[in-house]
Amino acid sequence: MVQMTLGKALNAGLRQAMVDDDKVVLLGEDIGTLGGVFRITDGLKSEFGAQRVIDTPLAESGIVGTAVGLAFRGYRPVIEIQFDGFIYPAFDQIVSQVAKLHYRTQGRVKMPITIRVPWAGGIGAAEHHSESPEAYFVHTAGLRVIAVSNPEDAYRCLRQAIASDDPVIFFEPKRLYHHKGEVDLDAPLADAAPMGLARVVRQGADATIITYGAMVGTAMDAAEAAADEGLSLEVIDLRSISPVDYDTVTAAVRRTGRVVVAHEASREAGVAAEVIASITEHCFEYLEAAPVRVTGHDIPYPPAKLEKHHLPDLDRILDAVDRVMDSPNSLSGANDATGAQR
Amino acid sequence: MSPNNTPIVDTEHDLELTERIIAPDGTRQPNPQLDAHVADLDPQLLRDLHRDMVVLRRIDAEGVALQRQGQLGLWAPCNGQEAAQIGTARALAPQDFVFPSYRETGVMHVRGAEPGDYVRMWRGEDGAAYDPERLRMAPLQIIIGAQTLHAVGYAMGIAHDRADEVAVTYFGDGATSQGDVNEAMVFASSFRAPVVFICQNNHWAISEPVGLQSQYPLAGRAPGFGIPSMRVDGNDVVACLAAMRWALEHARSGKGPAYLELVTYRMGPHTTADDPKRYREDAELEQWRRRDPITRLEAYLRAGGEFTEEHQDAVQAEADRVAREMRAACLGMVTRPPLAVFDGVYAEPHTGLERERAEYAAYLATFEEA
Repeated sequence: MVQMTLGKALNAGLRQAMVDDDKVVLLGEDIGTLGGVFRITDGLKSEFGAQRVIDTPLAESGIVGTAVGLAFRGYRPVIEIQFDGFIYPAFDQIVSQVAKLHYRTQGRVKMPITIRVPWAGGIGAAEHHSESPEAYFVHTAGLRVIAVSNPEDAYRCLRQAIASDDPVIFFEPKRLYHHKGEVDLDAPLADAAPMGLARVVRQGADATIITYGAMVGTAMDAAEAAADEGLSLEVIDLRSISPVDYDTVTAAVRRTGRVVVAHEASREAGVAAEVIASITEHCFEYLEAAPVRVTGHDIPYPPAKLEKHHLPDLDRILDAVDRVMDSPNSLSGANDATGAQR
Repeated sequence: MSPNNTPIVDTEHDLELTERIIAPDGTRQPNPQLDAHVADLDPQLLRDLHRDMVVLRRIDAEGVALQRQGQLGLWAPCNGQEAAQIGTARALAPQDFVFPSYRETGVMHVRGAEPGDYVRMWRGEDGAAYDPERLRMAPLQIIIGAQTLHAVGYAMGIAHDRADEVAVTYFGDGATSQGDVNEAMVFASSFRAPVVFICQNNHWAISEPVGLQSQYPLAGRAPGFGIPSMRVDGNDVVACLAAMRWALEHARSGKGPAYLELVTYRMGPHTTADDPKRYREDAELEQWRRRDPITRLEAYLRAGGEFTEEHQDAVQAEADRVAREMRAACLGMVTRPPLAVFDGVYAEPHTGLERERAEYAAYLATFEEA
């Protein structure tokens, strides 16, 4: 076990994947000589050469489209989309080609493409640099969608995503790139937990917070704070948001009967909506209260100085917990006019 | 504001400004650029090209008929583009890999398509018409221009592998406006990818004339990307063969991409769902009928005394046989069972889809019990 940042763990994961399989090639803007704007590919060009760590022209559709052609030829391309908000020019190639070619050809053509996306907000960035577009990809059949929350998972899941014969959209929370954690660099991939499994990060008896990405940390902080008040909260890190590990999720719901789902992405038709709909379908009789979503608002990502009002924080999560616990909360109407409008 | 959609090269004189070897009246013209690439031209090669074009036209007619009879959901005719497709595809080496659009029936034919391959996708039986590896050809692409990037990526892989192969992509004049096609040319040029771009300028993107896509000859765009190009008479099968040999040789020898604009004409509708009478004049069609690629080659062969009755009969017999087999394959297709709708979405087990599949299987089972 070594201590390393999430960014370094991703770098180590890429490096190991390139050592393990010479069909792995990296494509992206500024990933070669510069090592990527977040330095996730640092040192890889000098180690593996410009043939395998390819600085591309500034054209996201071009990057994904050429990766499709490389996959046709048996390569295993790993793409870096420089920022979350830059993925949209590639949307057609991802949705119409990457996601569908395996189905279209009944498995004759495989698309083992990993699309890495530095993702989400909280870093005071400029417009288009803090987006959470995961729901578009979760909604798209043929893709797998991963969102990591810690260095250990980043190292393991990235290697698993690259080794997968399915295309994977791989979300990396930018604001955790410098967070440190323990990583076992020598753990064999074959013995690792499957990429799609959720993880119970903290056991709890009173309510379950389900989340992913950087929000896992926020949820853990909320659980810690709640514990001081005698409330036992469970925290689940989905890790895979397509498919969702409903075995783990429903087992938790059956234990606590109270559910909060949190994410940075906006609410409408988001991951939380899907997770809660599935919970309601599959374990309605175990629910003690209506599940509650804590999400970004249904607004374009706001200017940096206002982003703290968009991103769910510890207090908003605890307010949601109060709602599922039927404790006084911002909407309960206990002491102000808000409740009267319900 | 209305766009200027007068073609920069008017239809009437379009072909006079292209590279050609056999003129519309069937006479041979000297061509310093292309002649060396068809030095092996002999009557047998010419008869083979003629046979391919006649068979292709018959396949195309059968496709239209099958659609009209309700056997196919749709058909995209390539009537009029036989020379462009046969001439270029006959220049390919077996190991070359093609990334086509949906109209490349002739390329499929040259690459060895089986009778059912022509109809499988249009009938709605399958997402892909054929086995891509067997034909060395990616599935027919419906998203306009998307396949050009795939060809470039494939070619980057060829270069990486130092393989003696070329990637080839076919697209139309409408596609040249797509970002993907322009990005493909950027990537191809920057990485010196061994790829040949084949633009069949058939003058119409459904109802939009080529002048709406470009106010400049399409082949003229390529040099701006650093890609050498040629504007070829797309109804002259010999010129198409020769130009394609030039382009392939260029790409194969490590010089990077090449680009051909084949000036041709879509004699039929965009697809069987289209009515071209709403947007183009009969006179234009009539003009292009006089430039027909098949009658042109026939005239040339006839002038040299090489168009024998024996050849004509053999070609007709083959065309009829292929059409017959295509129809039989079409009518004999067995639709996959209901749960096949879930097959192949993922390469590896997927818990979400497995659950959905089980739910739908349970639903279907309720009918069996009833």
